[in-house]
Amino acid sequence: MTWCKILGMKSSGNHAKVEVRDLDFYYGHFKALSDISLTIRQNEITALIGPSGCGKSTFLRCINRMNDTISGTRIVGEVLIDGKDIYQDGIDLADLRRRVGMVFQKPNPFPQSIFDNVAFGPRVLGQVNNRRRLKEVVEESLKAVALIDQVRDSLDESALNLSLGEQQRLCLARVLAVRPEIILMDEPCSALDPIDTLRIEELMLRLKNDYTIVIVTHNMQQAARVSDRTGLFWLGELVEFDITNNIFTRPQEQRTEDYISGRVG
Amino acid sequence: MNSGLRAPFDREFAIIQDDLLKMHQLIDEAVARSYASLAGRDPELARQVIDDDEIINQLRFKIEEASLALIATQQPTATDLRKVIAIMHIVVELERMGDHATGIATTVLLMGDEPSLKPLVDLSKMVELGREMLDDSIQALINQDTERAKKIAARDDEMDKYYRAIFDELVDIMARQPDAAPRATYLLWCAHNVERIGDRVTNIAERVVFVSTGDMQELNIKEQQI
Ligand SMILES: Nc1ncnc2c1ncn2[C@@H]1O[C@H](COP(=O)(O)OP(=O)(O)O)[C@@H](O)[C@H]1O
Ligand SMILES: [Mg+2]
Repeated sequence: MTWCKILGMKSSGNHAKVEVRDLDFYYGHFKALSDISLTIRQNEITALIGPSGCGKSTFLRCINRMNDTISGTRIVGEVLIDGKDIYQDGIDLADLRRRVGMVFQKPNPFPQSIFDNVAFGPRVLGQVNNRRRLKEVVEESLKAVALIDQVRDSLDESALNLSLGEQQRLCLARVLAVRPEIILMDEPCSALDPIDTLRIEELMLRLKNDYTIVIVTHNMQQAARVSDRTGLFWLGELVEFDITNNIFTRPQEQRTEDYISGRVG
Repeated sequence: MNSGLRAPFDREFAIIQDDLLKMHQLIDEAVARSYASLAGRDPELARQVIDDDEIINQLRFKIEEASLALIATQQPTATDLRKVIAIMHIVVELERMGDHATGIATTVLLMGDEPSLKPLVDLSKMVELGREMLDDSIQALINQDTERAKKIAARDDEMDKYYRAIFDELVDIMARQPDAAPRATYLLWCAHNVERIGDRVTNIAERVVFVSTGDMQELNIKEQQI
């Protein structure tokens, strides 16, 4: 854009938090991802869009090795976090999953108290061993997801009594409690109404100051609203990956244009 | 609804609005300087006005670009949508005002050092009026002040009266002293550029009314009156 130069503006790129290079992924003989390369930058929200079954969730799970739990899978290529390949031997998986937290489509609080839900991670990982500090961590996490005011007096009540939107924010608090660096969100709003959806988006925008966020969404307006960069997946390939403004105002690929304009099929 | 949920829109829009204010300031300066270059016969200053117009043009593109992105990514509706659409119209008007300032400056270069035909009394009043009107329209836009916007049309009538007077006077001079025709024409061009600024300010005022009310209405119907 010429005005950038003339008005003396420069575009800067944040630190490359996650670098994916030439990634192929197989479920048995089925190749679910093909030759994916992209860079996820720190303190940005990266959105992944594309039709169902195109490999978005599979890709997301490559970033915290959640696919390892599925038998018969195979990965080729590299996934680097802060420059270090997470598929190398000797990687501490528990630590990797602490650093790379995940929120799912359906809010999945444990059938326990609100407090225990958020305290779960720090307890299991042995991060906190005194009650007072644990309470602080729980409250900070609930505060970070704008839930503390609603639940301050009901921390001992079951998490299942919360509304769906609140449950999803609780799940986010549960992730934050273990001090992650990267948060993966797989269609986190698809079970929520439009206002709860905007609330989650508002949270994401606040959280990106401290974390790196990757969100898979089949709601491309959501990707447009909330993300800094957007990637379009299609049949296991990354069709286009660019600054979100560019994707939604001047995509370079016809398939992107067709998808975001709803002219598919 | 809690406006905090639309914070991303508000934030981006505030940036656009800041750029618009900056553009207004640059245009106000361009108009003032183009007139100064005319009054003081200062070709150096005139050339500066012409050169600096590029910054105004680029700022317009920047604002248009940001507005486009805002619509594509934030899906504004109702007043928010009207605000963005209005801005996209208004930057075009502003950019053209920059062209009018450039028009005056270019004329100054054409005039060389021929002596001025007459004192620029009315023209200086037109320039002042045009700058005030512009400032008014931008304030009305920022404060969503429909009443203030509607009053601008009346001031444009004043502008037109000045222009009419200058026009008649210059045509009269041309009739009586044919060898003064080129100089009279140069002045007429300058006056015409200022008069057009008034029209464009009126268009901005119309957009301000549109943002607040959703109504597209013509605030000045002089075209039909003449
Ligand atoms: N556990 C699995 N075993 C075998 N195939 C799978 C498994 N999970 C996903 N797939 C297949 O991989 C492809 C990509 O799926 P997925 O990553 O879930 O897509 P998306 O998230 O974009 O909807 C689909 O064809 C899907 O059927
Ligand atoms: Mg999925």
